[in-house]
Amino acid sequence: MKPPPFDYFAADCVDAAVQALVDASGDGKIIAGGQSLLPMLNFRLLRPSVLVDINRIPDLSYVRDDGDEVRIGPLTRHHTLETSSLVAAQFPVLHEAMSYVAHLAIRNRGTIGGSLSHADPAAELPMMSLLLDARLELQSSSRRRTIEASDFFLGALTTALEDNEMLVEVRLPKLPERAGWAFEEVARRSGDFALACVAVILNSDGDRISNIRIGMTGIGETPMRATDAENLLAGQLYSDTTVAAAVEAIRAAVEPNTDLHASAEYRRHLVGVLAHRAIVKAWDRSKEAARD
Amino acid sequence: MTKPAAIRITINGVAYERQVEPRLLLSDFLRIELGLTGTHVGCEHGVCGACTVLVNGDSARSCLFLAIQLDGAVVETVEGLGTAHAPHPVQKAFHECHALQCGFCTPGMLMTTIDLLRKSPLANDEQIREGLSGNLCRCTGYQNIVRAVRQAADEMRTRDDNEAAS
Repeated sequence: MKPPPFDYFAADCVDAAVQALVDASGDGKIIAGGQSLLPMLNFRLLRPSVLVDINRIPDLSYVRDDGDEVRIGPLTRHHTLETSSLVAAQFPVLHEAMSYVAHLAIRNRGTIGGSLSHADPAAELPMMSLLLDARLELQSSSRRRTIEASDFFLGALTTALEDNEMLVEVRLPKLPERAGWAFEEVARRSGDFALACVAVILNSDGDRISNIRIGMTGIGETPMRATDAENLLAGQLYSDTTVAAAVEAIRAAVEPNTDLHASAEYRRHLVGVLAHRAIVKAWDRSKEAARD
Repeated sequence: MTKPAAIRITINGVAYERQVEPRLLLSDFLRIELGLTGTHVGCEHGVCGACTVLVNGDSARSCLFLAIQLDGAVVETVEGLGTAHAPHPVQKAFHECHALQCGFCTPGMLMTTIDLLRKSPLANDEQIREGLSGNLCRCTGYQNIVRAVRQAADEMRTRDDNEAAS
């Protein structure tokens, strides 16, 4: 279990990193925290000709308040996000989700840019980027473009990143005032990848549900939004019946896999249970927030 | 290049300069290149936690680090904690609480505990269990490990309080 041979290049700026990707003609790989990449190298599932290390590029690790949005640098470590007071204040759902990401030693090293670019179908951060309507900034040697998180995840471990592109910033639009939220996950052991995971953000407009977003992961090839359930709930009076209908819509929409850890049937059942809990909890929190 | 490059690295307070191949893992660098075999290698893909060391003060899997990335870094391994005659409080607590049997996972447990108690000196049992959740032990059933970390946390806090008072 040793990595195959590769060349190593420690980039000192983003331009040098993306140029190194161009020079590698599609055979280069960026290493950030390496917490997903190194296992794949050790298993020899990947054989890049060159590893482009971005850890020595200055100013790629930050969490910044920028008016309507929060900007996060791609090299921001999970532990930094987990302990960021700005994240806790603006995105409590993300703050909570971070404690579910692997273990302290992994969170010390793993990065948001790495997690999104790797796109594990059961990871928390890709789902959070979908839930929070993240805009991702991608840089190549010739252009910079912005892509919505909803267009970024194409399949398991597959993203819209081109061979010569690097994710250089994650932008999270701030949430509406007094939003309620919830994060519910079941994994075999603390820190493991999710068997199923649901996160919800909503507002209460009197007795009506508004601004509802539901994100799910662990239940298919990519994280997804529960669009059908969101449409069923948006603008509706909150009641046990509407929530139950949304839960059924979620169970109908997902196509989970059977694997070593859980059957597809179990995951389908579980995602409904978690969605129910999350919607109720988010609603209760939004009512509390409305009273404050 | 796949050809070796020079790194300077400080391990347990000792400065080393070595030529390393890009694909050399930190775990193998420590064990094979430097003979520091206290760091154990279990799964080599970041699951078992046996190879945990501190890199620039933070716990990290040494099997998920390339040595070549560590030019200028400060690394702490279990060899730097204490000796048989003068054990670190965490080592002493593991000894007294019978928190190890075969000992394979112990170096990783110890280094993880050091980082955990530095970041959360007031950790309760739930936080201790969460903090240790990335380290697998196949012997003990974990109960005595949690007890040892609890004891070490209390002792280190008392010691710090005494030092602050004196």
